[in-house]
Amino acid sequence: MEEHHIRLKQDSLQKETTTLNLGPTHPATHGVFQNVLEMDGERIVGATSTIGYIHRAFEKLSERRPYYQITPITDRLNYCSSPINNIGWHLTMEKLLGLKVPRRVDYMRVIIMELARISDHLICNSVVGVDSGAYTGFLYVMQYRELIYEIYEEICGSRLTTNIGRIGGFERNFNDKVFSKLDRFQKEYPGVQQEFENLFTHNRIFMDRTIGVGAISAERALNYSFTGPNLRAAGVDYDVRVAEPYCAYGELDFQIPVGKTGDCYDRFLVRNEEIWQSLSMIRQAREKMEKEPPEVFHADAPAYYLAPKEDVYTKMEALIYHFKIVMGEIDAPAGEVYHCVEGANGELGYYLISDGGRTPYRLHFRRPCFIYYQAYPELIHGALLSDAVICMSSLNLIAGEMDA
Amino acid sequence: MLSMGLNNAYIQQRLTDKFPDQVTGFEEPFGLLGFSAPAVMNLKIIQFLYEDEGLKFRFLTDLTAVHYPGKQDAELAVVYLLHNLVDNIRIRFKVYTGIGKPDIFTATKIFAAANWMERETYDFFGINFVGHPNLVRILNVDEMDYFPMRKQYPLEDQGRTDKDDEMFGRS
Repeated sequence: MEEHHIRLKQDSLQKETTTLNLGPTHPATHGVFQNVLEMDGERIVGATSTIGYIHRAFEKLSERRPYYQITPITDRLNYCSSPINNIGWHLTMEKLLGLKVPRRVDYMRVIIMELARISDHLICNSVVGVDSGAYTGFLYVMQYRELIYEIYEEICGSRLTTNIGRIGGFERNFNDKVFSKLDRFQKEYPGVQQEFENLFTHNRIFMDRTIGVGAISAERALNYSFTGPNLRAAGVDYDVRVAEPYCAYGELDFQIPVGKTGDCYDRFLVRNEEIWQSLSMIRQAREKMEKEPPEVFHADAPAYYLAPKEDVYTKMEALIYHFKIVMGEIDAPAGEVYHCVEGANGELGYYLISDGGRTPYRLHFRRPCFIYYQAYPELIHGALLSDAVICMSSLNLIAGEMDA
Repeated sequence: MLSMGLNNAYIQQRLTDKFPDQVTGFEEPFGLLGFSAPAVMNLKIIQFLYEDEGLKFRFLTDLTAVHYPGKQDAELAVVYLLHNLVDNIRIRFKVYTGIGKPDIFTATKIFAAANWMERETYDFFGINFVGHPNLVRILNVDEMDYFPMRKQYPLEDQGRTDKDDEMFGRS
């Protein structure tokens, strides 16, 4: 009689390492992507990343959409700081159109983008805390992300996928509630941030868990095209806000914090310091904004900026442009443009080719976390499994941005 | 000292001196110097831009492709956006290849970052990066048998009359 045995893969008995799937839906990955780890005991000896689980063909979609309808697509890249993506796209379009916006709009944009940067950094840093076993900080700062989202809500009506602003400015002016909520945020958040840092920065356990973990040298980081806080933590002071100032960044006084070791701890410190710098920028932008005429909140760009509803009903020109915008019948000038902004996790670029049609001929998003995530296997080689989890959250990976 | 005056004119001069007939099509849209070269020259030129002490384009900002169906034997363009971080100047470099045999040398030996960028470009445009260590799809499913960003794959049903090309200004 024939004997039946379990058939093992050839050479599997001789294999001395264990294969472990981290993800695609493991809670510690904070997003839908997978890492197949090769483990020798608790040490990682190899890793392969699989991404693309939430690919939504943004670049293909963009080729069939009128320009103003691309803003909601950008929301869904790095959804922890959607306003930066939205405004970056508007700036790209303004560059193509040669459109100059009023100074007050620049200050308004700086305020919104720096709020978005704070909300992104506080999530990232507090999640690093969660992954090292300290949940309190996360819940504590979350109240203030809520306050930031309420400010967005007053301006654009939504919270996460904001679709905030328009080509040429903002859809509506900041109202009194925006300013009073900003006042509250500026008054209360510094104390919260300070307390958050008191909990972590010199906490022995936190330091032991993060120092030397997931480190990368400046040279390797540059070769991997790192940008944003991850590059600055390795000691390179590249920041788009300084290298190619847009909006009002050229006239604001701020510093670019840099780290030394490029490890999880330095990334944490760099992000914390950037939050302080962002708070200072918001304060400066508000001061400068007060000197500008308060009723101005967008440029005069009738072909791209929707007229007020009462004008659409009473004025012929407004009605025509309203129709043309809504139906996507505006021809953009032909041109090839690359524009980038300092996103919360790195250089967010828009490479746009217009052939003079009503939709982009080609639009490519430079998504910082897609580019730096490929360094992950190198960062965690030889590390413990629990370090790999911290390393992942401290890189600030956003699956939406990575998979486009 | 060389780098003190690094500007578009100087870069163009250096490239024309080094590759007199190969580097062509200089343009400066929105201040960004762009140029192109034959596909086989891509690695030599990138290497030169990287190593030359006066140029030092050592940061690969982005790598992608564009499909121009009308260009005979140059239907696909691979686009490199390079950055000299010290002098803070960017350039855009394009190489064109025919869609029948879209072979381009990989830049992974110079830039580690090119690995996934080239995989993405392969995934969506079918550029064959010769020498790439792991040229497989990255965002789409492995079973996909076409390259979706090519222009012959329309996003929506072309039979629809409410969203045809005429509506979007193309005939």
